[in-house]
This record gives sequence, structure tokens and C-alpha cells, in this order.
Amino acid sequence: MTTHSPSALEIERRAYRRGRQGRSILIAIGSTLAFAVIVWATVINTPGWAKVQATFFDPAAALEALPKVWDGFLINLLVLALSVPAVAVAALLLATLRTLRGPVFFPLRAFAAGYTDLFRGIPFIIVLYLVGFGLPTIVGVRLNTIALGVLAVTLTYSSYVAEVIRAGMDAVHPSQRLAARALGLGHVQTLRRVVLPQALRKITPPLMNDFVSMQKDVGLISILAVIDAIAAARSVVAVTYNFTPYVVAALLFVLLAIPTIRLTDWYTARLREREQAGAVL
Amino acid sequence: MTGAPVGGPPDPPALPALPALRAEDLWKAFGDREVLRGVSLELRPHEVVALIGASGSGKSTLLRCLGLLETIDDGRIFLGDEDISDPRIDGNRVRARLGAVFQSYNLFPHLSILDNVTLASRVVHRMPRADAEARAMGLLERIGLAPFARVHPDRLSGGQQQRAAIVRAIATDPEVLLLDEITSALDPELVGEVLELVRSLAAEGTTILMATHEMAFARDVADRVVFLDQGVIVEEGAPSEVFGAPRHPRTREFLARFRA
Repeated sequence: MTTHSPSALEIERRAYRRGRQGRSILIAIGSTLAFAVIVWATVINTPGWAKVQATFFDPAAALEALPKVWDGFLINLLVLALSVPAVAVAALLLATLRTLRGPVFFPLRAFAAGYTDLFRGIPFIIVLYLVGFGLPTIVGVRLNTIALGVLAVTLTYSSYVAEVIRAGMDAVHPSQRLAARALGLGHVQTLRRVVLPQALRKITPPLMNDFVSMQKDVGLISILAVIDAIAAARSVVAVTYNFTPYVVAALLFVLLAIPTIRLTDWYTARLREREQAGAVL
Repeated sequence: MTGAPVGGPPDPPALPALPALRAEDLWKAFGDREVLRGVSLELRPHEVVALIGASGSGKSTLLRCLGLLETIDDGRIFLGDEDISDPRIDGNRVRARLGAVFQSYNLFPHLSILDNVTLASRVVHRMPRADAEARAMGLLERIGLAPFARVHPDRLSGGQQQRAAIVRAIATDPEVLLLDEITSALDPELVGEVLELVRSLAAEGTTILMATHEMAFARDVADRVVFLDQGVIVEEGAPSEVFGAPRHPRTREFLARFRA
């Protein structure tokens, strides 16, 4: 601590700031209460609310559906766990192909560019149909549905992630590449040792955002012949005509996403802190 | 053709040592802007040559061309007796024999100081990590940065970063060290420590070509001074000649601005 004792002026200022702070807290409490009253009056205290509650939020139906939906959810988790490394490898490869120079690599560059254009453009559900139903038809034998789901997710998401990685590599200052080349590092060595490590730090927030998006898109495999969380919920709904199982499935996906979302927020804040050290206003 | 002596000009008095680096009639343009217009330059082994000239005179471009960090439009560059401007040679191998330091340090922010210094030794020269680190620690010790070996560059002052960048460049024993205005981005009180390091390298016999605005330092340390103006070498000679009695009006004009 410092030995300096605050002046009368500073003591007066601090009292004023404390006063403002107390006032802010009171205002926050007041506005929150007012908002709660509005919600109660317009949503909960209405004739239809009981029906909404019974159709979407029936505790008994939730409890009954949970074991089935949970078993299905494990399938979603499995697809996700297999897709993440596959997407990482494919995206890194695509991004690297686009940086290769020299006429020999023209077809590879063009392929990578065309691929990312194509698969970012196609709705994911069409990719799922083509891979999930089209591929087995071509091959003529039953294929593992989970593997097909992983393939579809990888095809689509690697194109997104590849573009994020490429943007990250472009964001590394050219002087870094210059310094690496001046040391005698080759193109691939420069990418691996200098450009990519810096790029990955820069793109962690958008990458995690893509990861969150992927966590819920694995739910779309329910259109294939696989009993995942959503398909399990659908089978229960088909019998009971109560939609609570969908809400249960939704809740599971949200619970899966929240840690990643919070982690992204935390990491982004940390990056900002490091870059703007000292700037508070 | 009349009056030419029979047998051509007389032989040169003695065969000089092979230059460490030699540029012959270099030309380089960026779009319509001609930056180098026929530059020829020789750097003898253990020689320290200072490259002076106004901003935009082509100093940086010349250094980059010599370091194979920029392709030239015409001319030839020799490193020892090898024509390194030949597109058939392996540029990475040549760059590995040269050292370059830039105005903005360009240390790798994601690597520790030690990893910055050892990267080329490990990755390009395939030296075992332990050997590379032992050598790097020796160099860092010499410049007083050994305590910072494990920290990242952003923890260091500009002067410390630039000295680390110099050590990174000399860690692989380059045949020629190219220094591109290495003190221009530094606060005035940090310039001294960086120049001291260059001075000690020069004293050890490192072959150095440095673009600089530090005229007093150039005068003191350089064996030869080259004045570049609008992509042409206007004047070159011993520091005492170029600074003491510049022959060309452009040189006088340029130096007058530094004395003012």
C-alpha cells in the first residue's frame, strides 16, 4: 500500500462515487422487478399458459422420455467426438493447400478453393441426404450410419473451418514470414513453425463458435436411420403427442454447448485484456 | 578502336581475396517505380559496410534483394563464388547461410526468446536441441539476456528484443549479416545497447552490410560507406572520405541534413 493519505477532495469524490454505485444497484433491482411483473402478466398469467406448460414442460413426460433421449444423446456425442478430429485434419489440409505456390500445385489450390465454395454453399441437410442415403445406394450395401453421419459433418464443417484457418494465416503479419524465410526456413516449415501457431491463437474464438454450431448440428443425423437424441424424442412424441421430449433433447444440447460458450467468452476476454492492457474507459 | 594498347589493359596489381558478397548491376522495380537502377557492390570478408541514403533511396530493397528475400529484375549476386541470383539454386539453402535483422525486430511472438534463437539451428540446420540451446544460451549470456531465455518477446524492451533478433540471426554463423535500419524503431536511449552489440560483432570479424541513419556509428565502425541515392550508388569510400570530404553534391546535401 502507499503511504499517501487521500485529500479531503478525494474523500468527497469517493463518497460521491459510492453514492452513484448504490443508486445504480437500486435502479437495477427496480427494473428487474418491473420486467418480472410484465412477463408474469403477459405470459404466465394468461389462459393459454397452462396448455403451453402441459405440452412443452410436463415434468412427468420429461422424466419418462429422459432415459431414451439420453441414450440417443450418447450417439450424438459419439458422432461429435469422431467428427472433431476429422474436421481438424481435413480443414488444416484444405487451408494449407490454398497457400501452396507454384504452377505444380494449381490443381490442388483450385480443388481446395472449389471445395470450400461448394460445401459452404450446400445446405447441410442436403449433404446428409446425399451421404446418408445416396452413398449406400451407390455402394449397394448397408453402411454404418454413424460413420456416414461423421462423413457428412466432416464434409460440411471442414469447409467452414478451413476458411477460418486461412483467414487466421492471412492475419499473421507478413514480416513474420519474412523473418522466417530470412532464417532459411522453407515454405512448409514457415507455415508449421511460425504462421500456423500464431494463426491458431488468433482464430480460437471463431473456431470455438464453429464448434458450438457443430455440437447442435450433429442432431441433424436424426434424419438418418439412427436413434440419436432427437430421433428418440420423436419416437416418444409420436406415441404421447406431448412435445416435452423435444424440450428435454434441446436442454441436453444446450447443456453441452454452455461450457464451450463460456470458455469462448473467457478466452476472448483474456485476449482482449492482453491486447488492451491499461485501457479502461 | 584506335589507340587501344595491344594485349588489353594491364593486369591488376594483385588478385584480391574473393568477396564474401558481390552484386553486379542490380535492377529492381515495383510496378513503374524503379527502386534499384544498376547497383554494383562488393563486400569483402570481415568487412563492415554502411549503407546510407534518404528514405526511399533503395537501401532496404537492396538488402532484401541481396538476402534473396526479393527477386531481382536484372543483374547477378554472388555469395562467395556461387551465383545466388540463378533461379535454379535452392533459395532456402542460400538464405540459411545469411543472417538478416529488420527494423521491426520480427521476433516470433509465440516462441520464447530461446526458441526464437534456436529455431533455425534446429529446423533448418538439423542441430540437436540440446546443442542448439547450449550455443544459444552462450550467446544470450554474452548480451545479458540469459535470464530472459524462457520468456516471450513481449516482455522485453525494444532494445532487448532487437539484440535478441541479432543473436537469432548470428546463431547459425551466417557468412554475411544484413542489418536493415535496426535502430530506427527504437527509443533514443535504447539505440546505444544495440549498436554496442553490432560494434562487438564487427570487432570479431563478422562481415556486415548495414543500412543505417546512425552516421556517427557508421563513421566509427564501418570500413566503407556507400551512399545510395534514387537507386544508384552515388559515392562510396572510407568513412573519412565520404563524411569528411564528400565529392558528390548529392552526398553533401544529404549529409548536411544530418549535421543541421
